[in-house]
Amino acid sequence: MIGIVFLLSLTLIFGYILQLASEKLKPTTSTLVTTINNTLPQTQCGQCGHPGCKPYAEAIAAGEAHNKCPPGGVELITTLSQLLNRDTIAFDISHGEIETEPLIAFIREDECIGCTKCIQACPVDAIVGAQTLMHTVIIDECTGCKLCVAPCPVDCIDLLVRG
Amino acid sequence: MNHQDFYIIFASGLFVHNFALSQFLGLCPFLGISGHQKSAAGLSIATTFVLTLASGVCYLAFQYILVPFELEYLRTLVFILVIAMVVQLSELIIRAASPLLHRLLGIYLPLITSNCAVLGVALFGSQTQLASLPQALWYGFTAGLGFALALMLLNSIRIKMSFAHIPAPFKGAPIALVAAGILSMAFMGFIGMDR
Repeated sequence: MIGIVFLLSLTLIFGYILQLASEKLKPTTSTLVTTINNTLPQTQCGQCGHPGCKPYAEAIAAGEAHNKCPPGGVELITTLSQLLNRDTIAFDISHGEIETEPLIAFIREDECIGCTKCIQACPVDAIVGAQTLMHTVIIDECTGCKLCVAPCPVDCIDLLVRG
Repeated sequence: MNHQDFYIIFASGLFVHNFALSQFLGLCPFLGISGHQKSAAGLSIATTFVLTLASGVCYLAFQYILVPFELEYLRTLVFILVIAMVVQLSELIIRAASPLLHRLLGIYLPLITSNCAVLGVALFGSQTQLASLPQALWYGFTAGLGFALALMLLNSIRIKMSFAHIPAPFKGAPIALVAAGILSMAFMGFIGMDR
């Protein structure tokens, strides 16, 4: 009996301590990084040269140029310039082309050989399919980042204007 | 406590009762992660940290809570609770205090909580009647060092083996198990040397 009471109270106390600690010791991530990260398009396409949007947000906060994000385009550069009080600069074309309209990947399903290479390239898991079976794109998930185009051995992926 | 005890615990934890190679505890990370040098190093540091912490905290819990209330039979359950709480708490503290250290150890700490070596160090510690808190901390630390030593040894062997020509059926896990077995037999030679 005493054992049960003892264990119960112990778990309650420990739970309470952990709850307190997780509230008190919230990580103090730099709010600037969070704000920049929120303005980035979150395509995680890596065209800026960083593995994802958050690392690029950290790099911008540390002083890197804010004109390397193709999905964000001119709009993003303007927003970031205001946010960071920097000059509005032209887009860095070495990191890709700016799209005027949002794109979406489309797999021509008759030509798809089911090699799964585009599935591995997709940063947001927007392509479904299996080995030797044709693949298709989940419209809601696709960010139009073009990373699936290069790996396709039969060039059956088109980028269409979303609409 | 005299100095001799310290040396004996050191030699015992590192060689004679090596956690991975003579007690066969914590074999999951031992075999799972020994193929990658970087992860092996990270896990070694994290395990040493957790073992030291767990040994110290469980010593306190055993001596000052369980023994006075005559609840020694509950020690396995209580140790699991205490270790899980302390490791989680230390992870929170590390996350708040040093993001760099958290990035280094962070992913390993919750994993190690459920490592049997951690419970092992607490249970063995309560059985061997450690004399004081520093001794308990030292016991945990040397056990962690021993685990790290075993992990780094197996890691070096596996790196060396990756250049060797190994028959197809033995590639990967089988040859790692054989290597761990031979390593373990070598460590068996230390038996009795801490008496």
